[in-house]
Amino acid sequence: MYTKDGERYFIVDGHVHFWDGSPANQANKYGEGFISCFYDYHRGLSPAEWVWPREKFERYSEDDLIHDLFEEGYVDRAIFLPTYLSDFYVNGFNTTAQNGAVAEKHPGKFIVNGAWDPRNGEPGLRRLEEDAARWNLKGVKLYTAEWKGDSKGWKLTDPWAQRYLEKCRELGITNIHVHKGPTIWPLNRDAFDVADVDDAATAFPELNFIVEHCGLPRLEDFCWIAVQEPNVYGGLAVALPFIHSRPRYFAQVIGELLYWLGEDRILFASDYAIWQPKWLVEMFVDFQIPEDLRGEYPELTPDVKRKA
Amino acid sequence: MTGHAPDRGLGNSRRAGPTASRETHRPATEPSPRPDPAAVRAALATVRDPELDEPVTDLGFVAEIRVEGGEVSIRLRLPTYFCAPNFAYLMVADAYDVVSALPGVERVAVRLEDHFAASEINAGVAAGQGFAAAFPALADGELAQVRRVFLRKAFLAATERVCAGVLRDGLSPDALAGLRLGDVPPSPDLDRLRRRRAELGLPDDPDARLLVDTDGRPLHRDEAAAHLRFARVTRVGVDANTALCRTLITTRYAPPGPRTGRTTRQVGGPA
Repeated sequence: MYTKDGERYFIVDGHVHFWDGSPANQANKYGEGFISCFYDYHRGLSPAEWVWPREKFERYSEDDLIHDLFEEGYVDRAIFLPTYLSDFYVNGFNTTAQNGAVAEKHPGKFIVNGAWDPRNGEPGLRRLEEDAARWNLKGVKLYTAEWKGDSKGWKLTDPWAQRYLEKCRELGITNIHVHKGPTIWPLNRDAFDVADVDDAATAFPELNFIVEHCGLPRLEDFCWIAVQEPNVYGGLAVALPFIHSRPRYFAQVIGELLYWLGEDRILFASDYAIWQPKWLVEMFVDFQIPEDLRGEYPELTPDVKRKA
Repeated sequence: MTGHAPDRGLGNSRRAGPTASRETHRPATEPSPRPDPAAVRAALATVRDPELDEPVTDLGFVAEIRVEGGEVSIRLRLPTYFCAPNFAYLMVADAYDVVSALPGVERVAVRLEDHFAASEINAGVAAGQGFAAAFPALADGELAQVRRVFLRKAFLAATERVCAGVLRDGLSPDALAGLRLGDVPPSPDLDRLRRRRAELGLPDDPDARLLVDTDGRPLHRDEAAAHLRFARVTRVGVDANTALCRTLITTRYAPPGPRTGRTTRQVGGPA
């Protein structure tokens, strides 16, 4: 719980990781390249006092995780979103089992999500059923840019993806977190296209589709979809840290999201350990739309922030 | 290698993109016998990141320009290891094209570095074989379509920038629909809007209406507000993405030690 100026904020961090990106776990140059990208995001957008040495960033301890989120970071509940990247990391980057083991040791602190990949076919569907029973899954993280042998990604509109979404509906897994990032296949299309979320959200109105990183870098496409699909939400990871280094951009992004989606469909997220939630929470609660943008965007009230 | 294959399979990439500005680098009179680094850099300044709509020189993507006699070699780099390879391919191919067209250039080598698909992209551009051939199993066609999608976004963002300027000057939003390009005071934003319209094949003369959709149809007064609203979220998205890329490339290539910003090597010239 975070309290400021008499206002109380219950903090749900919608996107956290407990990863192993260390050289020992890197399977190839892609694993090294992936954690390097993350580290550049971390170094580039964090305040200087929150920048870790690379070795710690590659593999931090369970104590670091608990301390940073709950003791220092004001987080009341953290949502684990696994990212397997099995072609890049020997034991996976950040798996449901790794996250689940930590969550079981700290009851009431975490929400564990599963993951699936339509390219795993029937065995993957059975695995999803087992994971759902084992971890009491209410949500899954989908990483459409994941490499798998010759395939460099997939789409929510693929026939097998439709079967997995159907299985989620059966199992009561209602929160579908979709990472919209550098999907690199098919290469000649727009790599960040969010159109497949539109189709899936229409086909599965009972499921909630949370677009992580709120569609950045395709903010306008995401907003366009979200206006038409009431079950589409935007996660603020990656957009939120602009609040420190580029506050005017953050003001405009959050202003647009409030206009197109409204205050009920925007979700706070740190993407820990890319960013530490403490400074994000403090700065977000203190943040206000700059005076000269007030004609274009409304004031950010404590209620708006609390809902996020 | 000048006069490199006229069709490398990039579809209309030559018409949409740096081609229009290329003429300014080709003197109509006697060609100079040897290219110089400044001319190479000026040519590269016409190559844009398709999604950010900014020159690659300004974004810090040009790591080095080296000229030896008639041979030019260029090193390019991007904000992350996993930057989308389609955009990367377009920039490498465009750099190759504009530098090849310079007088006195006999041979061009463009090398993208620190990217997961660098070897495929570099080999593909050097062989002039087109994007699909560079990625035989993965790309189902060429890149003209993706370039056009982002040119439309650049056009929308440029429209919003010009309209925001006009509104700041005190005009009411309702009046925007009646404006013509010639009614808008000159500015770099207006120049950019006119260039993007020309690249899309939309009218860009002073008599043309300021508010047109991506097919060139003039917008009615009651459509103007919604159009501008969408243009604004497009512009905000492009700006935020540009800010992210600028931050990441600075972080990735910042020289060690107390010095920050660009080194002389990074802004080009023979190293």
